[in-house]
Amino acid sequence: MQALYAQLLVGLINGSFYALLSLGLAVIFGMLNIINFAHGALYMMGAFVAYFLLNLGGINYWWALLLAPIIVGIFGMILERTMLQWLTGLDHLYGLLLTFGIALIVQGVFQNYFGSSGLPYAIPDELKGGMNLGFMFLPIYRGWVVVFSLVVCLATWFLIEKTRLGAYLRAATENPTLVRAFGVNVPRMITLTYGLGVGLAALAGVLSAPINQVRPLMGADLIIVVFAVVVIGGMGSIMGSIITGFALGVIEGLTKYFYPEASNTVVFVLMVLVLLVKPTGLTGRAA
Amino acid sequence: MTTLTDDTLPATPRAMRDEMIAFALMALLLASVPFTGVYPFFVMQALCFALLACAFNLLIGYGGLLSFGHAMFLGTAGYCSAHALKVWALPPELGILVGIAAAFVLSLITGYISIRRQGIYFSMITLALSQLLYFIYLQAPFTHGEDGIQGIPQGHMFGLFDLSKPTVLYYVVLAGFLAGFLLIFRIINSPFGEVLKAIRENEPRAISLGYRTDQYKFLAFVLSGTLAGFAGALKVFVAQNASLTDVHWSMSGEVVLMTLVGGLGTIFGPVVGAFVIIAMQQYLAGFGQWVTVIQGSIFVICVLTFRRGVIGEIAHYFRRSL
Repeated sequence: MQALYAQLLVGLINGSFYALLSLGLAVIFGMLNIINFAHGALYMMGAFVAYFLLNLGGINYWWALLLAPIIVGIFGMILERTMLQWLTGLDHLYGLLLTFGIALIVQGVFQNYFGSSGLPYAIPDELKGGMNLGFMFLPIYRGWVVVFSLVVCLATWFLIEKTRLGAYLRAATENPTLVRAFGVNVPRMITLTYGLGVGLAALAGVLSAPINQVRPLMGADLIIVVFAVVVIGGMGSIMGSIITGFALGVIEGLTKYFYPEASNTVVFVLMVLVLLVKPTGLTGRAA
Repeated sequence: MTTLTDDTLPATPRAMRDEMIAFALMALLLASVPFTGVYPFFVMQALCFALLACAFNLLIGYGGLLSFGHAMFLGTAGYCSAHALKVWALPPELGILVGIAAAFVLSLITGYISIRRQGIYFSMITLALSQLLYFIYLQAPFTHGEDGIQGIPQGHMFGLFDLSKPTVLYYVVLAGFLAGFLLIFRIINSPFGEVLKAIRENEPRAISLGYRTDQYKFLAFVLSGTLAGFAGALKVFVAQNASLTDVHWSMSGEVVLMTLVGGLGTIFGPVVGAFVIIAMQQYLAGFGQWVTVIQGSIFVICVLTFRRGVIGEIAHYFRRSL
């Protein structure tokens, strides 16, 4: 049973990353009509920025949690201003191709300087050790990742669904021209939205740095799984992305325990099943 | 919504004539390669990728469907051909058939699943499916995991042509490439191809005219996947191995890049793109990971400034169809 709980916890942690990343993809897709292939590379950058902050600037984990998303978010906003904005009105696929190119560049540069091996990032002192829950031993850092990700996801949901800013955002998603006519600066909102989505990816990167080592390709395979998560959940609903992300992480964790051979593929197999039964995805509407 | 190619000329006799002349020139040029001292292995490799890119282009350039998983057909056909040649000791022509048949079956299944979603979802689904296959091949015993299938016997094609001789192999690969290319050329100019273009330009309108667009797209997907499998089967004879790199997502990305550089929706663009990218990899091999950075930069530059690709720009400038 211990092993089962341990795999469930791993599943919840992976689920947190799926949720944070697919949430960002959904937000970006809503405003920019672009599937951000660079999302995995920016997640990796978040982890690397945390690593640099600690090793070059002596800035600790807690500040990195705040600074890395901001730094990577600014980088993302520069990308949006210099490149992505020129794709408005073009076929969707050009956005995918452009961001794929950006992902190759970012990953290639990091691979050049850091190879393919991992760099260690220590767990902050405050979150070291673990506690005995009676039925299992819980490493505090892992528990923290799950709780904190959940809080961030729910905060993002609240921001978009319940605040005035979020209302503007949803309105601009539906009809940007009309919202502009009301005097809202939509292009700036698009830039900020991309920054927000990218910041969420970077935040996931910082959270994962002490668990999975900091590697240039840490986001490359992850983004493909997240794509499958997005296909399963659909990008129509914020809460849908969060729930699907966590649920698939847990299912993956359970698979690791009951049938480890399929743990790499279970998300893709589920995607196939969902497409066969309900082609629009679990929360999606017909396109 | 802007479409992929803004200047699709109708299939006039002049356009057909231009294309036939260009095809004859290409065939002549490629046939003379063994007499020029150019390294034939490089050209054969490029030809396999050119056929793969042409097959991919059939789907995106004429069907408007961006598959981000075409490596799965290349790799599957490669593995199955290699297994048939090495373990079952089949002659080359049957080995190729086994590979094509495998790609055909795979494209039936993956096409049935992925055609259910449109646009951007289609790309993500094909990518996820190819990643699923990657993990299956990583664990399946017959692929030999990380090592791949190595030392594949080349044998005698139809019992006549000794494929272990580079020149003979070159002409067999060239014949295969030209056959595949002509088939794609024929498909594009057929009534089926015209309907496909109509769907790409305006799907709701095609539906309103009574076309079952999903069936057309499915057939295009199967044709494209099967031809990509043909490229994979040919590649086995050139590389004499079948490995995981052929199924990896980065391979799918390279095919996209080749077609983009040459020109989406042009007939000769994918061929030119394949030669450019393979040559680039050859000459920049010493730069390690910078090759990835350069490839990424080409993606960015192409999308931002050069969306028609090399052949597309030339065709646009001279107002010809190529």
